Amino acid sequence: MSSVRYATFEVAGQLFGLEVSEVQEVLAFSEYTPVPLAPGHVGGLFNLRGQVIAALDLRVRLGEPAQERTGPAMNVIVRTDEESVSLLVDRIGDVVELEPTAAEPIPDTLSGPARELITAAFPLADRLMLALDARAAVRGSEAA
Amino acid sequence: MKPSTPDLEAWWSVEDFDDVVQEFLVESYENLDQLDQDLVALERDPTARDRLASVFRTIHTIKGTSGFLAFAKLEQVTHAGESLLARLRDGAQTLDRRGADVLLRVVDVVRALLAQIERDGQEGDMELEDVIAEVEACIAGAPAPAAAAKPTQEPVAETDAEVAPKADAEPAQAPVAEAAPAQPETPEAATPAPAEEAAASRRGVADTSVRVDVDLLDKLMRLVGELVLTRNQMVRATEHAGDHTMSRAAQRLNLITSELQEGVMKTRMQPISHLWSKLPRVVRDLSNSVGRQVRLELEGAETELDRSLLEAVKDPLTHLVRNAVDHGLESPADRVKAGKSPEGTLTLRAYHEHGHVVVEVADDGKGVDPKLIGATAVKRGLLTAEQVAAMDTDEVLRLVFRAGFSTAAKVSNVSGRGVGMDVVRTNLEAIGGAVDLRSVVGKGTTWRLTIPLTLAIVQALIVESDNERYVLPQMSVRELVSVEGQTSARIEYVSGAPVCRLRGKLLPLVRLTEALGGKAARPEENGEAIYIAVLNGEGHEFGLVVDRVLTTEEVVVKPLASHLKDVGCYAGATILGDGRVSLILDVLALARNAHLGNAERAAAAAAAMAEVKPETRDRLLVTRVSDRRVAIPLSMVTRLEEFPVQAVERVGSREVVQYRGQILPVLRLSGLLGSWSEDVSDTVPAVVYSSGGHSVALAVDGILDIVDDTAPHGPSDGDGLSGSTVIDDKVTELLDMRRAIMAADPDFQLPEFVTRDYVEAS
Repeated sequence: MSSVRYATFEVAGQLFGLEVSEVQEVLAFSEYTPVPLAPGHVGGLFNLRGQVIAALDLRVRLGEPAQERTGPAMNVIVRTDEESVSLLVDRIGDVVELEPTAAEPIPDTLSGPARELITAAFPLADRLMLALDARAAVRGSEAA
Repeated sequence: MKPSTPDLEAWWSVEDFDDVVQEFLVESYENLDQLDQDLVALERDPTARDRLASVFRTIHTIKGTSGFLAFAKLEQVTHAGESLLARLRDGAQTLDRRGADVLLRVVDVVRALLAQIERDGQEGDMELEDVIAEVEACIAGAPAPAAAAKPTQEPVAETDAEVAPKADAEPAQAPVAEAAPAQPETPEAATPAPAEEAAASRRGVADTSVRVDVDLLDKLMRLVGELVLTRNQMVRATEHAGDHTMSRAAQRLNLITSELQEGVMKTRMQPISHLWSKLPRVVRDLSNSVGRQVRLELEGAETELDRSLLEAVKDPLTHLVRNAVDHGLESPADRVKAGKSPEGTLTLRAYHEHGHVVVEVADDGKGVDPKLIGATAVKRGLLTAEQVAAMDTDEVLRLVFRAGFSTAAKVSNVSGRGVGMDVVRTNLEAIGGAVDLRSVVGKGTTWRLTIPLTLAIVQALIVESDNERYVLPQMSVRELVSVEGQTSARIEYVSGAPVCRLRGKLLPLVRLTEALGGKAARPEENGEAIYIAVLNGEGHEFGLVVDRVLTTEEVVVKPLASHLKDVGCYAGATILGDGRVSLILDVLALARNAHLGNAERAAAAAAAMAEVKPETRDRLLVTRVSDRRVAIPLSMVTRLEEFPVQAVERVGSREVVQYRGQILPVLRLSGLLGSWSEDVSDTVPAVVYSSGGHSVALAVDGILDIVDDTAPHGPSDGDGLSGSTVIDDKVTELLDMRRAIMAADPDFQLPEFVTRDYVEAS
């Protein structure tokens, strides 16, 4: 089996990874248009080269309280069939190459909304990386 | 190029006919190219059923259209070909070398005929006997085609004249046949030689037009949308930069973008005749079945509309036309009784106005009776009698757009099931359009559809609320009202619900900040200026309170991210000139979410409150009548108007003015109050009071102010006055409204509550 490359990022102190093939781009952006009455995980809208992109706060998505953001926030833009959606993360990490066989079962202690978004856990040299299900992460309906 | 039958159909102009022929030619050429390939392939494999079906379809289509366009020869030869193909298709015969030869010859003849039609619009005098005889022979299996007898079956195409009397049996062709005397050949066609030379140097129709995938056009439209946005950003950036070279370049970019946008939009445009072409048939069938005589007139059929919009207005338009025939126009007997011609006229008119396309459906029928509408609204429980009485005629008429409203006394299978006008309204509002009606009892009704030119780019009003900008489609904004310390517009509360008195009417208000979940605030009470955008949603007017009105801009509508679709108060998003994303508000959803129905109830409650608590004094409109100050309760003012002096006409001893399609009695208050008014001016300010579809105008010499009626009233001195009070340190007389109205129009039916309210208040 060939190895898979993951783009890693940090949210609320935890390292997550998305398959590189699912990530359109990563960029920092600071001006978001708030959307009143929208579900809490919608962080706002921004203009990406003429496209209106919805930014989802991954913190809220994972069941953590929203955090007041100051300055530019990092966006991991995920391309799905219909549209591009941005995931707001705290910090961008490296791209790591992992063998699928290195995956370990998801720890039982992981619960709440996060449980549904994780497909596997990979132990890295110094910490654990949780692989995110891109589609589940950008799907909004059940998270509200 | 002249059509062979200039008088083909009454509702088609010559140009329309030309267009249809052009389309027919382009389409037929394309199909024939395919047909050649199919036939050759068929000869190799005679069992390929799909090929055979395709060939059959092509020939059948050409036959059908040529019959419709009265190209008799073309129809004749394709009919023959079709007979052979039908046998092949049904398996009665297999395609052999000879069959293929014959069919290819048919194709050649069709091509020759099409070329002839393209040159001069006529079929010429080409001999068809040979080829038809060949086909016959092939069907019959006879050996020698050259000597074959005349076709035994009835040649369909020669019978145009015979078809006409049979019109009813063949409804699909009926409109054509009725209007089209069989005139397949004219003497002009006898000189083919010079025409042929001319054609050689001219490009054929097939070469001057290209079929383009709609997806490609959509993509172009999207890209142009992006360009418009970039242009907006560019222009804004250079405005402040002060660099002349840059501003010139930006100017040019501006112009080119506008032209490009226009050009691309044009590629998606289709004349409204595409939609209208089906209506003559609809009208004919319907008028027959409901016993009406209808003449359909189409004006402006060449007016163009974006194809997606054309599709969207199809159903509403058809509904309006059916409604006009079924309910608008009277039966011939009734029409004669009313002194009209037995034949009713239904006019469809399309034209451009203020960047929109307007489509009118006008009939000269019995008109819509506001009394009937009002009564039905009360019966259906939509409104109370008092509410209806307080509305003016236009508003009453607009009640037909409310959901669950139908005035048809008799439910027919045509229309009148209580679904209808509200669906028409919803459909139009969904595409950013609007529908309205004007009607004069006994004279007719005009429905007016206003349709945006395109869906992708809208004229928008940018407003600010809670430091965020929002976009309102300009289409739904009726007017803007500024609410500032001393202006007459003021926000009041009726059982907690904010309302604004606008020209004497209660306008329910929605605060945008609150509607979007923000905290309730009343900035106007701290002396801050706010604005009310008067919007039209769900057939009601309501005011949207915003902090600031910024600018108007052309914006490109972007779809909402799927996460936000459920929120329900946004119609989309867009990118403004400075690159920021802004949300486009869904006016209808705002109206719905705010439960504006409640505001109407609140207004009724306000009226009730005024009755229960007479000390809740009305506000007063202070007018000038010669040198006196005369106050009128604002609740009895429907509208303030200024009529040109010459518009006031004398009828007998009275004065009247034509107003919104009605004749309005005018009473000069100076006359009633025994003052002499020596004012000479070009206009007559007047206070209009409407109730139950009737209106009167009270002419004054000037409108002074609107004030709260707080001071105690002095005694009445008769003479048309019901008392006096002190306003702004000046004695102001209170008008006895009831007397004034009665003096203007003795037949006026005053609603009960009006007089009671007033008597108690004074």
